[in-house]
Amino acid sequence: MKVDLSVVEEASKELYIRALKMLPPDIKAGFSRLTASETGATAKNVLATMVTNIKVAEDTNNLLCQDTGVPIYNLLIGRNVEIDGHALKEAVRAGCARATREHPLRSSVVHPLTRKNNHTSCGDEVPVIHIDFSDAPETLEIQMIPKGSGSENNSFLKMAIPAEGIDAVKTFVIDCVLAAGGKTCPPTIVGVGVGGTSDLCVLLAKRAATRPLGSKCADPEGAKLEEQLSLAVNQLGVGPQGLGGDSTSFAVHIELAHTHITMNPVAVNMQCHSARRATAIFTPAGVAYGY
Amino acid sequence: MAHHVLHMPVTEEQVRKLRVNDTVTLEDTLFGIRDATLIHMFDRKRPTRFDLKGHAVIHTAPNVKKVDKSAEFPAGYAPICIGTTTSDRMERFTRDLMTQYGVRIIIGKGGMREGSQKAFADIGGVYLAIIGGTAALETTWIEQIEDVDLDDLNPESLWRFRIRDFGPLLVAMDSHGSSLYDAVRDDAQAKRAQVLASLGVKAA
Repeated sequence: MKVDLSVVEEASKELYIRALKMLPPDIKAGFSRLTASETGATAKNVLATMVTNIKVAEDTNNLLCQDTGVPIYNLLIGRNVEIDGHALKEAVRAGCARATREHPLRSSVVHPLTRKNNHTSCGDEVPVIHIDFSDAPETLEIQMIPKGSGSENNSFLKMAIPAEGIDAVKTFVIDCVLAAGGKTCPPTIVGVGVGGTSDLCVLLAKRAATRPLGSKCADPEGAKLEEQLSLAVNQLGVGPQGLGGDSTSFAVHIELAHTHITMNPVAVNMQCHSARRATAIFTPAGVAYGY
Repeated sequence: MAHHVLHMPVTEEQVRKLRVNDTVTLEDTLFGIRDATLIHMFDRKRPTRFDLKGHAVIHTAPNVKKVDKSAEFPAGYAPICIGTTTSDRMERFTRDLMTQYGVRIIIGKGGMREGSQKAFADIGGVYLAIIGGTAALETTWIEQIEDVDLDDLNPESLWRFRIRDFGPLLVAMDSHGSSLYDAVRDDAQAKRAQVLASLGVKAA
C-alpha cells in the first residue's frame, strides 16, 4: 500500500479538530457509570454539568475544552506499507499547524525559555510524534491526543528500589492522586507506568492514561493491580474537580515493562475528564475515522 | 446555601456576604487573566489600562478568531471557545491583584492556597469554582469580547468579556476563612492510611 501524504496531512488536521470536539463513547459510558454510583450532592451536580457540556459541544459544534493541549500523534505502521518516514512526519506537522490556523484553534505551545508562541501548535519536537510498527497488513493508523496541561502538570516519577516492592507502587499512586487534588480536572484516568527505564516508565504512564476505558493491562498481574487501585483511589473522597465525592477517577490503568534487577521505577500521568482522542485508519479502501 | 446574582463590579460588603457552598451568577463584565498576563503585570511592571476595581477575574485563555473591528466585535476578536484553567499556578498573584487593582472575585478551577485564603479574609474577596473542562457550556455565557489589553501576550492577553447569566458558580473559598478544598484535602488525607491498608500496604 502506498500512502498519499496529502491525505495524511488532511487527516492530521481533521484529527486534531475532531479530538477536541467529540468525546469517545467509552468516556461517555464512564460518565454514566460514575453518575449512577456517585453519592455526593455537589459531586452529582459537577458530573451533570460535565455531561451537559458534552452535549453543548456537540450541538454547537464547539470544542469541549478551551485547552487545545500539547498535540500528540501516535503513528502505527503495518506491514507492506510503503512510506517516506521523514515526509510522513512533515505531513503530520503540516496538518497540525493547519488545524490551528484554519479552524482557528488556540496555539497552546510556546518556546520553553522565551515563552514565544508560534501560533501553529508546533515547535521544536512538538507535535510529539511517536512511531511504532504493527503486523496489520496494509494499514496505517494515526491516533491524535490533545493532552491538556491541567492533568499533564501533575506527572510524577519515582525511581523506587526493589526492597520497596509493590507497596512502593501502590503508595506512590495514592499519594500522587492526593497531591493532584482538583488540579487535574477529575474524574481522571490515572495512568501508571511500572518498570522500564526512567523515560520508558513515563511513556508507559502516558500510554496507560490515554488507553480507552474498559481496556485492560495485557499482563495479568498488571490487570489485577489495576482493579485494586481503581477501587482504592475512589475511596479517597477527592471527587470531581476536587470538591469531594466518590468519583475521583474513571479508572487506574497500568502499563508495564521489564526492568533492571536493581530498579523498581513507577510513573504517574493523568488524563482529565475531557479524555480526548481521535483515530484515522488508512487502508487500501480509504480513510476511516474513529476514536 | 443562598444563591446570589451579582452585577459587576461589586463592593467589599457584597463579597463578605458570600459563604462557602453558596452559589453565584455573575452579570455584565468579567476579565480573563492567567500565567503570562500576571507575570507581565506584576513581575515586569506592565500596568493595564483597565479598571479592575471591584471586578471578577477568571483564569482563562480563550480560543478566538481575529476579525475586523465592528459593533459586534469591538476588540476585533470573535469568541470561539472560552474555558477555565487550573488556578493553583496563579497563587502568588492573588494579594497583589486585590491590593493594587481592587479585584474582589477570582474564578477558576482546582482551588487556591493559604496565601489567597488569607488575602480573601484580610481584604474581602472570594474564590468561585467553575467546572473545569466545560468550556463549550461556559462559552454560551459570554456575549462578547469587549476589549483586550496586553495583547502581545495573545492568547494570554488581558480580556474583557461581556457576560450574561454566567454561572451558577460555587463559592469554594470565602472571606471568613473557609475553603472547600481544605476540607476535602484534610478528609482525603485522613483516609490515606485506611486506603493503603485496604491495598495490603504494610504501615511504614
